[in-house]
Amino acid sequence: MTIAFTNARLVCPAGERTGVLVVAGERIVAGDAPPDATVIDCGGKHLAPAIVDLGAFKVDKAACRAGGIVRVGLMPDQSPVLDDPGIVRRAATMGKPELWVHPLAAATRGLRCEDLAEMAITASAGARAVATGRRWIGDSGLMRKVLAYARDLDLTVVSHAEDAGLVGDAVATDGLTATLLGLSSAPASAEALAIARDLLLAEETGARLHLRQVTTAAGFDLVRAAKRRGVRVTCGITPAHLLLSDIAVSDFRTFAHLSPPLRSEADRQACLAALADGTVDVLSSGHDPRGPEEKRLPFADAAPGAAGATTLLALGLNLRESAGLSMERLFALLSANPARILGLDTGTLQPDEAADLVLFDPHAPWQITTERDGNTPFDGLPVQGRVLRVWKGGKEIAA
Amino acid sequence: MPPAPATTSAYPPGRLAFPHRHLTGIMGLQPHEILFLLDTAEEWIEPNRTRAAPDKRLAGLTQINAFFENSTRTLLSFEIAGKRLGADVVNMHAAQSSVKKGETLIDTAVTLNAMRADVIVIRHMSSGAVRLIADKVDCPVLNAGDGRHEHPTQALLDALTIRRRRGRVEGQRVVICGDILHSRVARSNMLALTALAAEVRVCAPSTLMPPEIEAFGVAAFTDFDAALEGADVVMMLRVQNERMSGGFIPSTREFHARYGLTLDRLARAKPDALVLHPGPMNRGVEIDSDVADHLTRSAITEQVEMGVAVRMACLDVLTRGARGVEGWA
Repeated sequence: MTIAFTNARLVCPAGERTGVLVVAGERIVAGDAPPDATVIDCGGKHLAPAIVDLGAFKVDKAACRAGGIVRVGLMPDQSPVLDDPGIVRRAATMGKPELWVHPLAAATRGLRCEDLAEMAITASAGARAVATGRRWIGDSGLMRKVLAYARDLDLTVVSHAEDAGLVGDAVATDGLTATLLGLSSAPASAEALAIARDLLLAEETGARLHLRQVTTAAGFDLVRAAKRRGVRVTCGITPAHLLLSDIAVSDFRTFAHLSPPLRSEADRQACLAALADGTVDVLSSGHDPRGPEEKRLPFADAAPGAAGATTLLALGLNLRESAGLSMERLFALLSANPARILGLDTGTLQPDEAADLVLFDPHAPWQITTERDGNTPFDGLPVQGRVLRVWKGGKEIAA
Repeated sequence: MPPAPATTSAYPPGRLAFPHRHLTGIMGLQPHEILFLLDTAEEWIEPNRTRAAPDKRLAGLTQINAFFENSTRTLLSFEIAGKRLGADVVNMHAAQSSVKKGETLIDTAVTLNAMRADVIVIRHMSSGAVRLIADKVDCPVLNAGDGRHEHPTQALLDALTIRRRRGRVEGQRVVICGDILHSRVARSNMLALTALAAEVRVCAPSTLMPPEIEAFGVAAFTDFDAALEGADVVMMLRVQNERMSGGFIPSTREFHARYGLTLDRLARAKPDALVLHPGPMNRGVEIDSDVADHLTRSAITEQVEMGVAVRMACLDVLTRGARGVEGWA
């Protein structure tokens, strides 16, 4: 079947334009639409490559559909852990057909940070990268082996960068808010310390490293310098660290209990600068839905993490204004770059790519609520940008 | 930020002297509200001493002391305060409760609420736990210490002790020394004493000093001798044993060498400087016995006495609305 998307604002890597996009079967094709093509009038709304969410913690089809996400890089922190080919294969098929899950296999067996996991056979079972999970690998000797071994297999290593020794039992960043609330806190330098080591080891081994979340000025300085040296490093961030500082945990709001914790306002500004200057490669949801049994607790006892799949696009559009991003740059962060890191043939509107598409109205206003959007720290925030329709491989996904 | 200092409990016309439903911390209290609680506590000191005719103004009310963390003196103090006012006091110890069976804090709070408590006193090991419960119950909640966050009645009784012994709080140079990082007593005291315009100094090794402490309006010292210069009040904090074995301080004897309050050290403070300690004391570690037991300088047992009066005042004031006291209902 051939579909012609007409009257659409097309978000291409080469700039935004009004035009027609033709899809034949599962792929985007070049040229004009044949006369027998099914016509979908986009009504002047934006048609963009659907979002590839790198580093979510749960397969959440409804939330992804609502958020314009059709592919998820699933973190290995599942039960059971994604460290076995059978488990990885099962994870890779659990969202189909409407949501494609690309498992990030555990870098160490059971994510215990002790032994190398079976990266080659989990990769052949469908894993697109390996990840250290929610934790940093504290043993530098082991991390070097992980990077060297992954390099052999040309797998990206997705790392969580927080020095475990400095963090200890901390649930907040050192600062006035943590001190006033009496929360155990760690210095923001815990991130830069971890990044510095991971970058040195990646440089030494030639491995590809993706820092899932960089959230501090010092962390971005290190990544910037490493990119200039030619280190094969990419980095990501979630909207929370771009839009909120540690003041958001005042009143012990557990929905703002994140990992890494929210930072100072100065670090938040540095995150916005890194977004604007191109240091940030990926904007992801970090989707980590938690029920009341994990969140309606005293702050330090509550589980970290926030739901984010339904709000990612709208918050991204909000950031487009505040960080001065073009629409193409926003979709490079949401779709093209994460697809490239995972080695997927999607993420742009180029011919021959998978017809993974999202139609959205960037101006439609709505309000984020915890009732609908889950454990989000943005409860009550008015936003603009609503997903209208979503296609995976040329097939529309029902809402 | 601490509110602007004040020295009287006069409050804006048309408002309540204490408009808060709960007492979860000193944070958020205006100086005149703190002074109002101190003035109210003052009225109970003499009756407590003389065993005057009992005032059972809380008769018929149920006070639940829900202690999720072990405590002897604070629990006793709240129990005695409630009983002196005629309340039916029930104690719930976490060790014997369904908390051990995995019940969540909120479920426990809802259960206590369903039993129609008139006031709940809570101690919990997690910062913010008391406020979490306060949001879920219909009656006033009193914080008896939550994690390292706040311990407001301790700060009130310390302020009352200082005011009675030194005549006033304003302008007094108060040195708080010990494990500032993990201490809710230190946090509440910094807030209360700076609100009452005392000059507060905190002193600890850098490993036990919280970041950005200066934002409380206090001066931070690592050298105890320097901090003690000209002090009017020296408040020593208890150092937990588990923090003494190399984690934060190399050893108890090293801590004593740098921060132990000895008579020699005390000589750096004013000749009539007052010594406080929230208890229980580690004698020979943070405080020497000849300082702790000093007849004229130590106010440590007086603090315990003020504790009962302060807690009576808090129980009284917080239940005035429910009891229909004129002007409060």
